[in-house]
Amino acid sequence: MTGTGPLRWAPGLTLCLLAVPVAAGLIGTLVPAFAQDAAGFRALLDWPGLPRAVALSVGTGLGATLISLVITLLLVASLWGSRVFAVIQQLLAPLLAVPHAAAALGLAFLIAPSGWLARLVSPWATGWTQPPDLLILNDPLGLSLLLGLVSKEVPFLFLMALAALPQTDMARRLNVAQSLGAGRTASFAIAVFPSLYRQLRLPLYAVLAYSMTAVDMAIILGPTRPTSLSAQVVIWMADPNLTGRSTAAAGAVLQLVLVLGALALWAGAERLGKPVLTRIAFAGPRAHGLDPAARLLAIIAGLLCAGALILGLAGLALWSFAGLWQFPDAVPANLTLATWTRAAPDLVLTGGVTLGIAALATLMSLALVLACLEAEHRFALTPGAGAIWVLYLPLLVPQVAFLPGLQLAALRSGAEGTVLAVVAAHLIFVLPYVFLSLAPAWRAWDGRIAVAGLALGATPDRVFWRLRLPMLLRPVLTATAVGLAVSIGQYLPTLLIGGGRIETLTTEAVALSSGGNRRLIGAYALLQMVLPALGFALALLLPALVFRNRRGMAVSG
Amino acid sequence: MLRRHFLLASALAALTASGHMAWAQDAWDQTLAEAKGQTVYWHAWGGDPKINDFIAWVGEQAMARHGVAIEHVKLASTADAVSRVLAEREAGTTSGGAVDLIWINGENFAAMKAEGLLFGPFAESLPNWPLVDVAGKPAVVTDFTLPTEGYESPWAMAQLVFEYDSARLPEPPRSLAALRDWIIAHPGRFTYPQPPDYLGTTFLKQVAYGTLADPSVMQKPLDEATYQATVAPMWDWLDAVTPALWRGGKAYPANEPALGQLLADAEVDIGLAFNPGRASAEIAAGTLADTTRTFTLEGGTIGNASFVAIPFNAAHKAGAQVVANLLLDPEVQARAQDPNVLGFQTVLNLSSLDDTARARFDALDLGIATLSPDQLGPVLLEPHASWMVRLSQDWIERYGVAQ
Amino acid sequence: MSGKLTLEQLSITRAGVPLVALDLSVAPGEVLTIMGASGSGKSTALAAILGTLAPAFRMTGRILLSGRDVTALPLHKRRIGLLFQDDVLFPHLSVGDNLAFALPPQLGGRRARQAAVERALEQAGLPGFAPRDPATLSGGQRARVALMRTLLAEPCALLLDEPFSRLDADLRAQIRSFVLDRVRDQGLAAILVTHDAEDARAAAGRVVSPLGIALSP
Repeated sequence: MTGTGPLRWAPGLTLCLLAVPVAAGLIGTLVPAFAQDAAGFRALLDWPGLPRAVALSVGTGLGATLISLVITLLLVASLWGSRVFAVIQQLLAPLLAVPHAAAALGLAFLIAPSGWLARLVSPWATGWTQPPDLLILNDPLGLSLLLGLVSKEVPFLFLMALAALPQTDMARRLNVAQSLGAGRTASFAIAVFPSLYRQLRLPLYAVLAYSMTAVDMAIILGPTRPTSLSAQVVIWMADPNLTGRSTAAAGAVLQLVLVLGALALWAGAERLGKPVLTRIAFAGPRAHGLDPAARLLAIIAGLLCAGALILGLAGLALWSFAGLWQFPDAVPANLTLATWTRAAPDLVLTGGVTLGIAALATLMSLALVLACLEAEHRFALTPGAGAIWVLYLPLLVPQVAFLPGLQLAALRSGAEGTVLAVVAAHLIFVLPYVFLSLAPAWRAWDGRIAVAGLALGATPDRVFWRLRLPMLLRPVLTATAVGLAVSIGQYLPTLLIGGGRIETLTTEAVALSSGGNRRLIGAYALLQMVLPALGFALALLLPALVFRNRRGMAVSG
Repeated sequence: MLRRHFLLASALAALTASGHMAWAQDAWDQTLAEAKGQTVYWHAWGGDPKINDFIAWVGEQAMARHGVAIEHVKLASTADAVSRVLAEREAGTTSGGAVDLIWINGENFAAMKAEGLLFGPFAESLPNWPLVDVAGKPAVVTDFTLPTEGYESPWAMAQLVFEYDSARLPEPPRSLAALRDWIIAHPGRFTYPQPPDYLGTTFLKQVAYGTLADPSVMQKPLDEATYQATVAPMWDWLDAVTPALWRGGKAYPANEPALGQLLADAEVDIGLAFNPGRASAEIAAGTLADTTRTFTLEGGTIGNASFVAIPFNAAHKAGAQVVANLLLDPEVQARAQDPNVLGFQTVLNLSSLDDTARARFDALDLGIATLSPDQLGPVLLEPHASWMVRLSQDWIERYGVAQ
Repeated sequence: MSGKLTLEQLSITRAGVPLVALDLSVAPGEVLTIMGASGSGKSTALAAILGTLAPAFRMTGRILLSGRDVTALPLHKRRIGLLFQDDVLFPHLSVGDNLAFALPPQLGGRRARQAAVERALEQAGLPGFAPRDPATLSGGQRARVALMRTLLAEPCALLLDEPFSRLDADLRAQIRSFVLDRVRDQGLAAILVTHDAEDARAAAGRVVSPLGIALSP
């Protein structure tokens, strides 16, 4: 079937919306980096912290990615189909909804020597009447940063794996391999992992790029002597000295090169790993002994990740109601609504702005993604590898490498500081996630329904609005919730493109985090999490309500 | 003859003064008229809810008195506003800029002044300027040895104080030497914010004041030839205490509130603040134990003023001046000094105020942990900005990168 | 409304391999059977008649319906009804809404549409089933609803894509005669695609292979 019309152009338009800002922003960053005889690079090389910052960026990035991958695979391999797996699936949405900054702040309070964990066991078990002098937070090796990154990236990779599993035919393959005598873990590694990994590659690259360049998490959890490279770039960007900006630009370029290098390294490791896996498969291991250990490890790692996020946020929530709360009290001496009542007007206003921006960016993304997917369906298009790379572009190119250039462009055009400019900047990051979340379900829809509808004389538009969209209400709402969560969590795009005049819960929370007021941080972080969680709850409840009398629309599997 | 001449001269002076005053009044009326209905985007650090609340209150006052709205743009760092103005100039925005007013001082002011990014001079023609205690508080016109020349208007005084919980530490060390001995005897119980943080660098300068053979050299730009030898005693002091700092000096808190949280969490026994009223205010807010007290070092501690400045391309210069003037209003100043609100020291000369205005200050209960002005001791002047930059750079090289 | 369905020198190849070669007409009320094993090209023929052929296939010839050339028309404008192997009821709509979806838009008014739906349900022996969830119906009931839905769209011809193969043996004969009776009552030209000789016999019309060879049922 061929045809024209605006729908035909939706995929091209969408790809331009992603690629053009990233490219323009990169140019806007490259130019100042090489200006004035590359003075920025010389200042960068003079910075004594450079070798360590580089090592940190690469080390935490590769480490967090590898650990997250292993945990995700362990979870899928050993728990798939079990009741625990169903519980994890339920937990996934709220965990994904937690913005990185909120997660980091919660974790920071949890694991600090004066944090909740230490308080819960002191002084009765530890004898500590004052916090021990232990370097846990901001440790020089970046271990707490690593933990924070892993706890946030595992839910994302897990979601991506869930989306990919239907295409791997996991149940049948596991059965076949197990009937041949292999243990569950070995069966998974040999029969499922290769095709699952193919689907996980790009998400993994996005995780690698993100882990290497995260700014908000690095500021809160990362080492301080020196900070990671991207956090230092943001510090330089704010340097009142003129040289700061060109140093920042040079640092951003270096960060980009590092990310590309790490991606190449990872891709190289993939090539090396492939023959190894083939050889292992050829040897036909059964490895039944591995299964209980893998299962145990999966449960422990999963609990650690979820626990770190949930306990951390519970701690922050408690702080937002705390009066005086001294070490080693496990709970505050008194609870008060003072923080909330004082912050209420600001919270309502900022929450409204945050939600408005998120709603606009998400609705626009959703419209574009639906148009793309529908065009793909009607015109029998298959997205090429290039298109998928463009989709991932905003997730792969470090934010610090293209947002400053984009800010300059926005300033020149006078769009900077307006709500719509912020919405447009959010769109760049929201759209890929909405697409990734919606596309599998959209493509998996039974095409015979469309044929049946058309054969009944319904136009393609009627089939879209009356059949496809309502039947896919659940994934559409889930994608909407994902989009809202991504937008609500955006820090750097809001800060830079909003020119500091557009305040969202996230920019406020990070600004507050420099002030260390845990009560107020708790209130903002809680709201930062509650808004997207409400979105996910609606995505769960609304279809259940609408389809309460439709057994054929019940969640299956 | 002499007498006549004198009379003539003073008559002339009176004439020009009153003429000047009349002109000034007209000019100010015009500014007020222009400001009415404007929204002033005040870029100020947003990390402290008490300050945020105060700025919101000033906004209510500005609206009620002059019809000027204030939009507080909360910054993680003042430098964000500076780099914004810089970016605007690069982009050719010479009017209608986004920043109307910046809470500023020190190196940010020096950078903006040197770059010609500031509007002015305006401060000394504000109607409330005569109330400012220029003679008693020279820091209100000298920002890190740099004359302000009316390009920024002061609104609060600050002085370095040490904070401690008297329940845990009955007798704090009151000299730099005693502090060093105490740190070494109590490993892990003291730290300071990581330079180039403002408070952290201030602490370095305080150590320099107490260790340099002649601290007065810091009032001049630093001399490269003698610098290393001059500051060697300061590094000796820091080298001695660093292994005994919190986390063995392997990590430092980011800034004043982060250090304050460490004190509240009992991770350290002695904290620092650049606001003598902070501890009382935190006790009032219920976030520090009511046994917390403050002290300063024998020989004094560093003090300076906080200012507001207006960028050259500000969209609402009239409104910004009205706000700068409002900040010098005795009622606003008294509120800022209230430890339940901010606990900032006033920039005004109390003896120049009328009785009602004075009464507002007299009525203040400075709070249980706040030292009275005579207990605070001498205020040491900020060194030249070049010292601050260089000391924090060298600190980063020595301690800022893990070995 | 019904008319003759003509496949005029319809020929389909894939990578040069001929899959379908048909040149025939189906009269109103006649049921033509295309029979063949799976992979023999019978679903390709079906797709061609519907206009949902994938680009990898090459097609020549024409498809005429009541004298109209529908070869280039999109599916929704061809007025060719379709019954699937499965009933393919829309799971999110009630039984009544499934039927109402097929009503021509010209049929205005809530009341008139409801009446049309109720009439169709009565004809199917399912009166009062309109508010039911399709997932709660038995296989036979679902098959009858599916057929009534197809007929409500007032097609000019009908394609039957192995519509009985998933039904139990005893139900199968019953549904088959229900469907075939309706086709004959309405005088529709129908093409039945099946691999089951019994279906072909029941259809009682000509039987051909996808390549146009006449078969005896």
